[in-house]
Amino acid sequence: MTGSATYQSVFLRDLRLSTAHSLVTQSGAPGFVLPNETPTRYLQALIDGLCELSLRDPLTGLANRRHFRTMLEREVDRMARSGEAALLLMLDIDHFKKINDTHGHIAGDIVLQSVARTLLGCVRPMDTLARYGGEEFAIVLPSCQATYGRAIAERIREAIESTMIRVSPALALNVSVSIGGAYALQWIRSTTQLWIERADNQLYQAKSAGRNRICIEEQPDSTVSAEEKSMLFGPLSTYFSPTDADPSTAPLGGPLDPAGTSQ
Amino acid sequence: MPSHPALSSTTPLGEAVRTRPQRRARIIAVTSGKGGVGKTFVSANLAAALTRHGLKVLVLDADLGLANLDVVLNLYPKITLHDVFTGKAELEDALLAGPGGFSVLLAGSGMVEYSHLTPEIRAKFLQVVETMAPRFDVVLLDTGAGISDVVLFSVSMADEVLIVATPEPTSLTDAYAAIKVLATQQKRQHMRLVINQAVRPGDGRAITGQLQQVLNRFVTTEDGQPVRLLHMGDIPADPAVRDSVMRRQLLLQATPGCAAALSVAQLANKIKSMLPP
Repeated sequence: MTGSATYQSVFLRDLRLSTAHSLVTQSGAPGFVLPNETPTRYLQALIDGLCELSLRDPLTGLANRRHFRTMLEREVDRMARSGEAALLLMLDIDHFKKINDTHGHIAGDIVLQSVARTLLGCVRPMDTLARYGGEEFAIVLPSCQATYGRAIAERIREAIESTMIRVSPALALNVSVSIGGAYALQWIRSTTQLWIERADNQLYQAKSAGRNRICIEEQPDSTVSAEEKSMLFGPLSTYFSPTDADPSTAPLGGPLDPAGTSQ
Repeated sequence: MPSHPALSSTTPLGEAVRTRPQRRARIIAVTSGKGGVGKTFVSANLAAALTRHGLKVLVLDADLGLANLDVVLNLYPKITLHDVFTGKAELEDALLAGPGGFSVLLAGSGMVEYSHLTPEIRAKFLQVVETMAPRFDVVLLDTGAGISDVVLFSVSMADEVLIVATPEPTSLTDAYAAIKVLATQQKRQHMRLVINQAVRPGDGRAITGQLQQVLNRFVTTEDGQPVRLLHMGDIPADPAVRDSVMRRQLLLQATPGCAAALSVAQLANKIKSMLPP
């Protein structure tokens, strides 16, 4: 129940809904009809349809920048709680301006749509894929182990490089992308802005290094591995020695001995 | 004493790293990894001990309002850094005289909202430290627990890092993680360790040695050098500490002769010897 308008009657004929109606019906699948059993159901479906539209990029159907920002914020919060690594990739189509200039904007649009489709085939359903700007795309990959990040980026780079894009019956193009990536760091509650900045920096480096390549920020390792812990507290530890049962004979074990906590 | 080498203009997290003015305070970040190990206790009492050496000392609540510095020092000012950041007051008005004769800058509770660091807040924070640095001999940054970007940012402004840990395994694991992050991310070649609530003499030295061994094996800085951990001393577990905290007094004023107070004084001697003559 939101706001004071809850108990006020609304008559559909008093509202200017025709534009919204056609926007939502046109964006739906062919044959899509808004429900009209009750005014409430109709309005709710119309609003849902508009919300959905406001989150998508019309050309590629990917999440737009607004939606992406929300997803990124959610991921920063989730990260700080779960401690699972998440990767942000920023992609930019190489020499896109040349495509537009040489083959026209329609060709450019077809390239953007094709790249979007290829990207969709490379990511998991849980990943958020967005058109970030003109020829720039962004991908948030939640629960992405540090070791997989580069492999995923490489898979994307290869997939795009090897896809022929037919822009007209007589012309097929093939484009490459530069990819920059940065992890949201475990334990670190950062901001979406900083995260984007860091990924963007890497993208810039990939571009300056010659394009069609990947740069992912080295992740400062903030996790303490089992191996490190066992060296800190394990049997070889000179300070913490779980085998010293008798404090009086253990000059450096004794009352502080974390037996049982070292595993 | 060499500080960490000059970094590029930004660290991996995008923090600005200052250029060094000619004559200014040694900036020391007091940090821990784990909370509740006595960072603020160490900051406040170390500040008092350094002041007794005739040094001009500033303690800054670098946890942006989440630190307990106000509680430990029993200071509840009307004007805080929050007012300075929001343009409601001048920095001078927020500068307080602490109980031990040192100066204090408190963040104010309104700063909690800044636990997400924006570039504006970073710039203002840096500006506060830059403005204050030439006027003091030592600036102690009482940072937050954990490794948030607020902590990383405040530590990035410091010449020296003083890590406070207790002998408990959880505290040491977190201290180790913090050392690792600071070594790799801020390319720090050395960090200083003080063991609080030490149970027996020699605890701190043994713990430092143990941590150093693990660091040697697992952590190298960019130039391939291991990180050096310097043991700065132990503060023994002492019931007088708890009493002073309960009474909201500095340990050095409440019971200056107790074992913990004497070891804080020793720590101050060591810190003083790091300073240029």
